[in-house]
Amino acid sequence: MNIHEYQAKELLRRFGIPVPRGRAALTPQEVRAIARELGGSCVVKAQIHAGGRGKAGGVKLAGSPEEAEKIAGEMLGKKLVTHQTGPQGRQVKCLLVEERLNIEREFYLGMVMDRSLSCVSVIASAEGGVEIEEVAQRSPEKILKEAIDPAVGLLPFQCRRLAYGLGLSGERANLLLSITQGLYRAFVERDCSLAEINPLLLTREGKLVALDAKMNFDNNALFRQPEITALRDLDEEDPKEYEASQLGLSYIALEGNIGCMVNGAGLAMATMDIIKLYGGEPANFLDVGGGATKDKVTEAFKILLSDKRVEGVLVNIFGGIMRCDVIAQGVVEAAREIRVAVPLVVRLQGTNVELGKKILSESGLSIIPAETMAEAAEKIVKAVTKK
Amino acid sequence: MAILVNKNTRVLTQGITGATGQFHTRACKEYGTQMVAGVTPGKGGSSFEAIPIFDAVEKAVSATGANASVIYVPPPFAADAIMEAADAGLELIVAITEGVPVMEMVRVKRYLEGKKSLLLGPNCPGVITPGECKIGIMPGDIFQHGSVGVVSRSGTLTYEAVDQLSRLGLGQSTCVGIGGDPIHGLDFVDVLIMFNEDPQTKAVVMIGEIGGSAEEETALWIKANMRKPVVAFIVGQTAPSGKRMGHAGAIISGGKGTAREKIAALKKAGVQMAASPALIGQTMQEVLKANG
Repeated sequence: MNIHEYQAKELLRRFGIPVPRGRAALTPQEVRAIARELGGSCVVKAQIHAGGRGKAGGVKLAGSPEEAEKIAGEMLGKKLVTHQTGPQGRQVKCLLVEERLNIEREFYLGMVMDRSLSCVSVIASAEGGVEIEEVAQRSPEKILKEAIDPAVGLLPFQCRRLAYGLGLSGERANLLLSITQGLYRAFVERDCSLAEINPLLLTREGKLVALDAKMNFDNNALFRQPEITALRDLDEEDPKEYEASQLGLSYIALEGNIGCMVNGAGLAMATMDIIKLYGGEPANFLDVGGGATKDKVTEAFKILLSDKRVEGVLVNIFGGIMRCDVIAQGVVEAAREIRVAVPLVVRLQGTNVELGKKILSESGLSIIPAETMAEAAEKIVKAVTKK
Repeated sequence: MAILVNKNTRVLTQGITGATGQFHTRACKEYGTQMVAGVTPGKGGSSFEAIPIFDAVEKAVSATGANASVIYVPPPFAADAIMEAADAGLELIVAITEGVPVMEMVRVKRYLEGKKSLLLGPNCPGVITPGECKIGIMPGDIFQHGSVGVVSRSGTLTYEAVDQLSRLGLGQSTCVGIGGDPIHGLDFVDVLIMFNEDPQTKAVVMIGEIGGSAEEETALWIKANMRKPVVAFIVGQTAPSGKRMGHAGAIISGGKGTAREKIAALKKAGVQMAASPALIGQTMQEVLKANG
């Protein structure tokens, strides 16, 4: 789960990390009021869940409250297209208004769940303000990394080593230590999967301030993070993906025209891949889970078909614990109930498969049966192309 | 021989009083697995289909001689269950539970250091040595006794691959699900080391997916150490960046963890890649023929 920059900064502030003075606003009038509080000169930042806002015109400087209001009027309601939003862009509904700071240097400070080491790792770089992946590609020697032992936590000497590596010493090294330890506490206590301060600003006055912040959270841990869950912004999510998640289905919208319904994440991805191999384009990833019931299958069909681009559906079920006859019954009833009007290819394999096939063939519905994944992919691609 | 589990493995179920725990304990017992005990705190002294239930893992171990555990307890309690099993000295812990907070797994992995327990999962289908022992949720009847080892991050795609193998008459030595979570127990390399040493295993199918760099690290290990042919398939070639594809660990982030990179690394290590998920069995058949 992602949150907005202003929410991440509020969270970081509570863990003792300095952030610029400022607040979020929903109207140009509010923006003007906040700008006035800040002394007139300020930065106005579009709040969307995507990076690359600066280059796309989503971060602007204002010299006066009036100018801030004017900028806000232009930004609010606009679609912002960055390299992370896709061509459709994201509508700006909220702005963060902040004080302007005097930049001495910009650093990168981040924390990730390190899969190779099975722990949290801190990453820092003297090259702040650019994407860390870019730095890692171009000059890996500029990336500093410390793995954190969960038994003892982030140790002061590790923070000092980072500080010295960034060229900070004395009081400035102490400030970095305090920020890094605060970030680690936030990471652990709030079940983050990623926390980035980029840039971490060294001001001309010698202060370290989190100028931008990005935080992602572990979906598996949301059950114990009500405060984080409350920050979820549904406007930033695909409504179909959200609806599916509420039903216990895992759905992700893609660009193609062949809807897929599969049990299991691996098989679902494999089904997308094989459609592509046969020259088609999958419209979605959809995992109905191991224990798909008739109701779940029906709901899954509804979500699939609400995507108007879908011109055919491929159902690929490997019935293990779920019996194929139960799945077949679910497919037939769902197809009847919601009148599936596009070509429907069904491939069933596993427990009670013969009974399942019999149910499909006797249903009177124009279901195209397939024996194997390859045959299923070939048939649905052909059926969709013919149309 | 096979690896990890065999007909002598004595299994206890943690979370045996829940619906999932009961369903699969029954199915594993029917398969022929020695299901010797169950553990649910507070339910000690009762039983499930003649399997005695205990309050604590250590009590179950001392009373029944269990040496492996399978965990179905809900996500908030799964990490504690794994660590309790490790404390009781079980040789193998199979965590089926999906949705364990990743931070919990960081602590679990640290706790397991220096202990003899091996962990599979969480979020995995389990492990099976066909004809001898099945621990987990996989459908037993698609597996056949034989000499192909299988290791995978996926569940149903593994069944698909195994089904292809069995239909071609290629039985399996042991099939191991390592799970779809970003931080988990045994990894590809741990399992390949075992297959490498197992006389029954002649070749290995490896099924990876997008996210992380485990497949790339495995490729380096295979190139340097693997003495048996490996056939692999990587799913998620059409997956978009930044989206979690069902499994918590299946996500391309910052342009890293793509199928393309993994396939390239494995090819470079001499691994035979299946061109399509429908050709995993056939690719293995060809590889075995070529290797006599």
